[in-house]
Amino acid sequence: MFDHQQIKRFLGFVRKEFYHIFRDKRSMLILFGMPVVQLLLFGFVISTDIKDIKLAVLDQAKDERSLELIHKITSSGYFQLYENLSSLGECDEVFRKGEVKMILHIESDFSSKMGREGKGNIQILTDASDPNMANLELNYLQGILQNYNVEINKKEKIHQPISVKSRMLFNPNLESVYLFVPGIMSIILLLISAMMTSISIAREKEMGTMELLLVSPLSPLQIILGKVSPYLLLSFINALVIISMGYFVFQVPVLGSLTLLLLESLIFIFLALSLGILISTISKIQQVAMMLSMFALMLPTIILSGFIFPIRNMPLPLQIFSNVLPPKWFIIIIKNIMLKGVGIGYIWKETLVLLGMIMVFILLSVKKFKVRLE
Amino acid sequence: MHTLKFILQKEFLQIFRNKSMLPIIFILPIIQLCVLVFAATYEMKNTNMYIVDQDLSTHSRKMISKFEGSKFFTVKEVGFSEVEAERQVDQNEVDAILIIKNDFGKKMDKHQSAEVQLLINAIDAAEAGLYRAYISSVIQEYAQSVSVQDIGNKQIQMVESTYSHQFNPEMEYIPYMLPGVLVVLVTVIGLFLSAMNIVREKEIGTIEQVNVTPIKKYQFLLGKLIPFLVIGIFELLIGLLIAAFIFQIPFLGSGILILGIAFLYLICILAMGLFISTQTETQQQAMFIAWFFMIIFILMSGLFTPVESMPDWGQTLNYLNPVAYFMKIIRMVLLKGSGFIHLQREIGILSVFAGIMLFFAIYRYRKVR
Repeated sequence: MFDHQQIKRFLGFVRKEFYHIFRDKRSMLILFGMPVVQLLLFGFVISTDIKDIKLAVLDQAKDERSLELIHKITSSGYFQLYENLSSLGECDEVFRKGEVKMILHIESDFSSKMGREGKGNIQILTDASDPNMANLELNYLQGILQNYNVEINKKEKIHQPISVKSRMLFNPNLESVYLFVPGIMSIILLLISAMMTSISIAREKEMGTMELLLVSPLSPLQIILGKVSPYLLLSFINALVIISMGYFVFQVPVLGSLTLLLLESLIFIFLALSLGILISTISKIQQVAMMLSMFALMLPTIILSGFIFPIRNMPLPLQIFSNVLPPKWFIIIIKNIMLKGVGIGYIWKETLVLLGMIMVFILLSVKKFKVRLE
Repeated sequence: MHTLKFILQKEFLQIFRNKSMLPIIFILPIIQLCVLVFAATYEMKNTNMYIVDQDLSTHSRKMISKFEGSKFFTVKEVGFSEVEAERQVDQNEVDAILIIKNDFGKKMDKHQSAEVQLLINAIDAAEAGLYRAYISSVIQEYAQSVSVQDIGNKQIQMVESTYSHQFNPEMEYIPYMLPGVLVVLVTVIGLFLSAMNIVREKEIGTIEQVNVTPIKKYQFLLGKLIPFLVIGIFELLIGLLIAAFIFQIPFLGSGILILGIAFLYLICILAMGLFISTQTETQQQAMFIAWFFMIIFILMSGLFTPVESMPDWGQTLNYLNPVAYFMKIIRMVLLKGSGFIHLQREIGILSVFAGIMLFFAIYRYRKVR
């Protein structure tokens, strides 16, 4: 199909594209720095750990017992005593200042009730404007109270009739980075490939150089392939960087076949590139290409693909909608290969979905691609 | 002042003439806001459990019915084989397996300590931790209901607790997430539009025509900044109206205060975008740099995960993160009704940032290469 002359021409064009990209040092730095920085952020900074939660105490009992209880709570490492309150009326105001997340209210008859009836009651107020944290904090505090109850009744020995032995599958130490590596990989590959491709084609249009390419002996297919090939390489290097950083820095294992993982990554990169081509066919200027590939894709990818928020917790219409998002399928695939160590037998359906999406994007682009500029 | 008016006229014309950008600036964010807030929830539902009951005693059955009655869990299957259960985890059909071995009922009857095993798909560590807590609490509840007879007469002491969730008793996620997503949308639009603006004029060469006019540097920069400021405030306003009237999230604080702070915040973000724009040669470069900072700012802003959970060095770095301040402020004002006196520090810092960024954007802009 391609004779020698054509191949030479094509390679020349590819070389031009490579020059274009690798000449721009600042962009290169960001392209390769981005996955590293994101992984570091997610690995070291982003977490929902409970630690040093600022606690205010309204202790109206102020005796040995209440002080002991407060000490028990604040010495756990999860809570720190931030301030002492003197009346219930201060509570809202304290929360409004924003530092204190939880208030502990011990009534004045707490200890006497403990002595008389064997039961004392404390009140917990949480700042539930962040419901997730409020819930976690409450769980931790109640856990501490439970321990305290066991401790003060040591001699009485309430036996716990059922012990629960739990094992965490696939992630025994509950490392949150296990979830983030697949997510970051799909975001980076999707955004970088789609964005770079769409922008570089839109740029030729905006600058008017697309016309030069179109009247050259290169066929439209060759132009597109030439445009895409540098980004294919770039994205693949990024995938390698993310996998090896996950492995060496965060000890995220690759239990399944590495070859399969890389193959699936290639499929996903192709998908992202074809999406980029599609975006570029509908945008005449770089701004549109950029906003579409970045702004329209970024938040939905982060929020709807199961990266941070589990898909099954979403309302049904969104669960259905999430099926059209390529990263959803890719995240399932990488999780399965890396963390569960299963083979193609478990992920062939997802792989077929990705391949199908590539077909659709390419067909649409071919339909939209115009050889003439109007 | 007169010059500025003409520059503004030109900028607004340019923005509104670009028909393909208008839906991206005005409609896309609104759609995203309305859709994404439903998805951004940590609220747990539809947890699928597989229970392996090898005991088949009254105790095991009673315990299973506790799970079946709970709204957190869907008992997908009660079976006999652990292998089958683990296969279902591999295929993502179930999230947790509870294994009740065959001596469980006997031990319960003899008041010996019985044991159950719990296997949880822990790829999502945070969720897995919550599953464990919830499942254990159902089991302990059952254990207590059984043992309540035999501790009746012993002298034991207990601290009990009652709790109430302030400002959000129903524990809804939308009031928390909507302001956060709104901040991100306004930030992204503002930063990208401003970052690509001046550099675009450089790329297509029209900047030379501006540079040869007597327009002052600050006039030029303000002319670029003000239209985006208007757009940003407008979008924030629409977002807040949607929040108040469509999602009916509580609106405890002052709307004027939010808009006032948004003014400072947007100046800061837009000036940063324009600064990037003056420092770069191509739109692609500008976009990458804007993207880089934006991702870091947003991830560290407390949008999805609380700032307080970050390591100390992360929290220290966050002093430089304007998004984190605004994210915190908008949530505090809307959801808790915090006022100016509670936010003085944050407002002060944002004003300083805005001043510095504006200075840099104007100072570093060169009319002559």
